[in-house]
Formats: sequence, structure tokens, C-alpha cells
Amino acid sequence: MNIAVCVKQVPDTTQVKIDPVTNTLVREGVPSILNPFDGFALEMALRMKDLAGGTVTAISMGPPQAEAVLRESMAVGADDAYLVSGRAFGGSDTLATSYILSRAVAAVEEKRGAKFDVVFCGKQAIDGDTGQVGPEMAEHMDYAQITYATEVVSCSDNKVRIRKETADGYDVLEAALPVVVSVTKTPFELRFPTVKKRLAANRAQIPVITPEDMEAQSLIDLARCGLKGSPTKVKKSFTPVRNKVCNVIEEDSLSASAVKLIAVLSNDKKI
Amino acid sequence: MDFSEYKDLWVFIETDEGKAASGGLELLNPGVQLAHRLGQKAVAVVLGKDNAEAERAAIAYGADKVISVEGDDYEEYTTEGYTYGLNQLIEKYKPSILMIGATIIGRDLGPRLSCRLKTGLTADCTELDVDVETGNMAWTRPAFGGNLMATIMCERTRPQMGTVRPGVFKKVAPDVSRTAEIVKESIPVPAGVIRTKLIESIREAVGEMVKLEDAEIIVSGGRGLGGPEGFETTIKPLADALGGAVGASRAAVDSGWIPHIHQVGQTGKTVAPKIYIACGISGAIQHLAGMSGSDCIVAINKDPDAPIFGVADYGIVGDLYQVVPIMTAEVKKLKS
Ligand SMILES: Cc1cc2nc3c(=O)[nH]c(=O)nc-3n(C[C@H](O)[C@H](O)[C@H](O)COP(=O)(O)OP(=O)(O)OC[C@H]3O[C@@H](n4cnc5c(N)ncnc54)[C@H](O)[C@@H]3O)c2cc1C
Ligand SMILES: Nc1ncnc2c1ncn2[C@@H]1O[C@H](COP(=O)(O)O)[C@@H](O)[C@H]1O
Repeated sequence: MNIAVCVKQVPDTTQVKIDPVTNTLVREGVPSILNPFDGFALEMALRMKDLAGGTVTAISMGPPQAEAVLRESMAVGADDAYLVSGRAFGGSDTLATSYILSRAVAAVEEKRGAKFDVVFCGKQAIDGDTGQVGPEMAEHMDYAQITYATEVVSCSDNKVRIRKETADGYDVLEAALPVVVSVTKTPFELRFPTVKKRLAANRAQIPVITPEDMEAQSLIDLARCGLKGSPTKVKKSFTPVRNKVCNVIEEDSLSASAVKLIAVLSNDKKI
Repeated sequence: MDFSEYKDLWVFIETDEGKAASGGLELLNPGVQLAHRLGQKAVAVVLGKDNAEAERAAIAYGADKVISVEGDDYEEYTTEGYTYGLNQLIEKYKPSILMIGATIIGRDLGPRLSCRLKTGLTADCTELDVDVETGNMAWTRPAFGGNLMATIMCERTRPQMGTVRPGVFKKVAPDVSRTAEIVKESIPVPAGVIRTKLIESIREAVGEMVKLEDAEIIVSGGRGLGGPEGFETTIKPLADALGGAVGASRAAVDSGWIPHIHQVGQTGKTVAPKIYIACGISGAIQHLAGMSGSDCIVAINKDPDAPIFGVADYGIVGDLYQVVPIMTAEVKKLKS
């Protein structure tokens, strides 16, 4: 099995703060992390490799420092990694990003001399929170897709069975390879790196795939990348206003407060 | 692209065993208002095997017109089947706007379809507006885990597409006497288009409990419960007394105290009940992402500085084990 995983470096949004004076997002000092859902996707890829053999390749698009998440992926068991990076890719919305990544997959396939059987993505990146890149990559590549995946059930005879979340339970879907799988939170946390792999990952050469290289190989149409290739545009951004004033109920005792709370809710016809 | 060819606002009506799901019906309310401001129609689009009931519901909830595609190929949702059908419809009728509920199905379908159409899709919107001059939608959505709101437009391509977060818009009262045109289309899906096969489908029994998304009242527990028993001894009795459902924070789910199906938030369900009672939940931004649209939020937490009080309408600062059982007893008194 040739398995690819798309991993993104994101700011740790749990540590983002709002500046109370300017009411803007404070990003300074916020650490960059591997997108948590991509960690689940990577773990699923590694489990698939444990099950069926083969290789796991990590691919990330981003600025040079995004290399960190690729080294992290290799430290836990990815066999190789590629960084997709260049100015022409900046400002891409999900349609352009998914186009670039799907073409980057083709570029990596050419370098490695083999097609990928499965391309894993996370359900969503926690900065953009869109969850669109996986299904859009599947469409660009004309592959089947399985979203909200939680577990690989089986993987043999050129077919995979994947368990996925539904509104009120789960389904098991079967797809012939190749397929794009986007992974939601699963019970399987990303495994820890081993010391040996960590050291090897730190030393590894991570090839960079640039827009210029891809264009030279006729692998990409740069008009479909970056701002030019993005149909959506962010017109404005603002911090959400939370102007609710909480009515804190404080009687002589907690039980008296509890009684009062129910009385208030009942008076307001809430219950 | 000639924009003048594109008109009307479409709402995709998701169905479940032939019934229209609330995720689509609730979009008809803002959909009708936006379409009428543009002097256009709000069109409900239904795909399924037997759509009669869903068609009637769409009309009762305000659709000016229904386009209904019936066939065996659409009995179960499949990404590729539904994308095929909708793509054919869109090429034929050229809607200007397409709204899809941001449900598990909607977020699977939306990006596949928008990518086929090479148009823009804005994910998980919570506010909708339209510029009447240009016909451009202003899609507003949370990003950065809810820390930031962004308003997004798709000015160069049509249709403009967005998935809209469930529970944000309320359904209007249905009017069963309304009538509207129903256009029937037959779009068989060619063999080989659908490349996934459903092997097994399990609907997890949530017991006798109400489904979270449909509940009018939700009582949720978090890490503050201190252990799994808290749900049985304290949270569920209050939910039962109120006729509501049980929710949970991710911390409680990750601790193995309650199944994931109860989780509310960014990685769980998005809910907007009439009352949301958060017990022992700090109110992390990812939790708020799933419940801040509730009509009335009540917080019980022993930390007066817990962020949950920043979104709550009513609160009690104190030990939930002292507060919640008294609330349950009071509710029972009220109801008897
Ligand atoms: C990518 C990502 C996605 C996430 N998705 C979700 C999601 O979907 N849903 C979600 O909920 N979280 C989500 N989280 C986790 C979120 O950041 C928080 O960690 C989580 O919500 C905390 O749960 P909690 O409030 O129960 O626990 P805590 O933050 O530990 O809060 C427990 C609270 O209980 C109070 N307390 C303790 N004992 C008592 C008592 N006896 N009586 C009253 N109060 C008491 C404490 O004062 C405290 O405020 C996500 C995080 C990430 C990074
Ligand atoms: N720049 C990127 N580099 C690598 N993978 C990405 C990138 N952007 C998105 N992805 C993948 O697509 C998934 C969904 O991202 P998004 O649609 O941006 O929420 C992520 O979890 C990643 O697996």
C-alpha cells in the first residue's frame, strides 16, 4: 500500500486570545502545532500500514517552517515527507488549496514512481475550520471519498472498508482503491515518536516542491492557484461580540439559589 | 460567466427515510427572505426515492417552488450519486445561490459539488446577508475555533454556495395550506458513478433519550462531574424531569464517562435548544462553538471566572452536586 497523508501546520487555537482593548486576535506567542485532526489521520494511516504493509508519505503545503509538522510525522513513523511551498500558492482558498495539493500528490507520485492507493486528510484544519479540502481533493483527482472516518475496518484485495460517523451512529463504507479518506476524531491518539525515529526525522532531507518546478513539469496551472485561483474572498473579519450579562443567582444557600433558578426559569416560561 | 443567466436561491433539503430533516427546512426561513429581497424565488431541492412527504414539508415551510428528483439511485445518500444529480440540476436551471445544511451529509456533499462546479463554498455559516445590487451573498462564519468571525463573498463565479450551521436559523411555523409548484425531474445515475458501497449501518440507540439535535432542552455535564456516575445520578435525572436530552463536553467524553454521540461542540454536535444547562463545564471556545446559539443558557460551575458565565443568561456559582439535585426536585414539584 502506498499511503499519503496531508498534514497542516496550524496555530494552537486553544491558546489564541482576544486583545480586550483592540478586540483583535492575538497570534503572537501562539505555538504552531500539527493540526489535531491530521494527527488522527496520520495515526489511521500508520495503522493501515501496520495492517497491510507499505509506506506512509506525509505532504504539507505551507511556508518553510511547516517542515516541522513533516519532521514530526516522520518521527512517529512516516517513511518520507514533502513540503509544498512557494509564493504563488499563498492566499489560496479551499478550492485552490485542494487543487494544489492534488497536483502535489501527482508530483510526489512521479518522484516516487508509484501511485498512492489512499490519501488521508484530517476532517478539518482548526484555523480555517472548513473541512473542505479532503472532499475537494477527491473531486480533483476523480477518486471516491469517505469523510468523517473513525476506523479502518479492513484493507485487502484492493478494497478498503472504513467506519465513518453518521448523524446518529455509524456506517461502514467500502471503496475500491484509490480513495480519499478524511478523518475525524478517533479513539486512537497519534502514537509517540521513538528516539531513533526522532533522530532520523531531524536529520532527514525534506524535498520542497515549488510552483516553479510543478509548472516546468506541466503538473499545474498557476492561474488556478493563490488569490487568482480562489473564488471566495474574505471581505472582513471581526471578533464575535459576547454581550450577554449573566444573571448570577445568589441566595443565602446553594439550595435556595437552585430553588430560585427554577422559579425564574418557570416564570420566564422557559420550562 | 454570464451572471444574468443565474437566478433563484436553492435550499438543499436533506431527507432521512423520506422525511425532510430539519437541517434543510430551517434554511427555508432565511432562504425565502434573502430570495425575496433579490426579487427571486426560494427553491427547495429534494433528492430521494419517495419525496412526497418532503415536498409537502418544504412547501409548508415556505418554499416558492420545489424541484424533486426521485429514483432508486437516491434512496440512500451517496456522495457521488447526489453530486451527480445536483450537478445536472444546476447545469440545467442555473441557480444563483445554493445553501446546504452543515450536517455530516452536507459537509460531505457541499465541497464535492462546489469543486465539480469550480465555484466557491463557504463552510458552516452562522450569518447570511445579500447585496441586492450585485446579488452577492455575504456568508459569515466562525474560524479559529470560534475566536474570529469572517465574512466571505464569491463574486466571480456562480452558483455561490454555502453550508449553514444547523440550529442557527429557526424554522417558521409550518403552513400546511400553502401550495407551490413542484417540478419533477428524473436523473438516473449512470453505472460506475457511485464508487462506495454501504456495508453496514448502525443507528446507535440513545436509549429512551431524546436526540440531541432535536431536543428543546439539554442538560450537559463536563469534567466537573468528576466521574461517570455523575451522569446517572445527577445529569440524567434533571434531563428526564425536564423531558430533555443529555449532552457532554469533550473532556467528559474523552474520559470515557459517556459515549461520543452526546458530545457538544466543534468535534461533536451543534445544538440550539430552548434551554442549555451546562453543569461543571468551563466553556472552552470549542464547546461554545456547539451550543452558543441556544436561546437560553444556564451555567452551574464552582469557578466564578469560568468562561461559560460569559455566554450564560443565568448562573449559579457552586458545587453542581449540591445545586442540580435540588433543581431536579423543584422541576418535579412544578410538573406534578
Ligand atoms: C480541536 C479541538 C476540538 C475540540 N472539540 C471540542 C468539542 O467538540 N466539545 C468540547 O466540549 N470540547 C472540545 N474541545 C476541548 C475543549 O478545549 C475543552 O478542553 C473541553 O471543552 C473542556 O471540557 P470541560 O469544560 O468539561 O472541562 P474543564 O475545562 O476541565 O472544566 C471543568 C469545569 O468544571 C468546574 N467544576 C469542577 N468541579 C465542579 C463541581 N463539583 N461543581 C461545579 N463545577 C465544577 C470547574 O470549575 C471547571 O470550570 C476541543 C479541543 C480541541 C483542541
Ligand atoms: N496547507 C495544507 N497542507 C496539507 N494539508 C492540508 C492543508 N490544508 C488542508 N489540508 C488537509 O485538508 C484537511 C482539511 O482542511 P480544511 O479544509 O482547510 O479544514 C486538513 O485536515 C489537512 O489534512
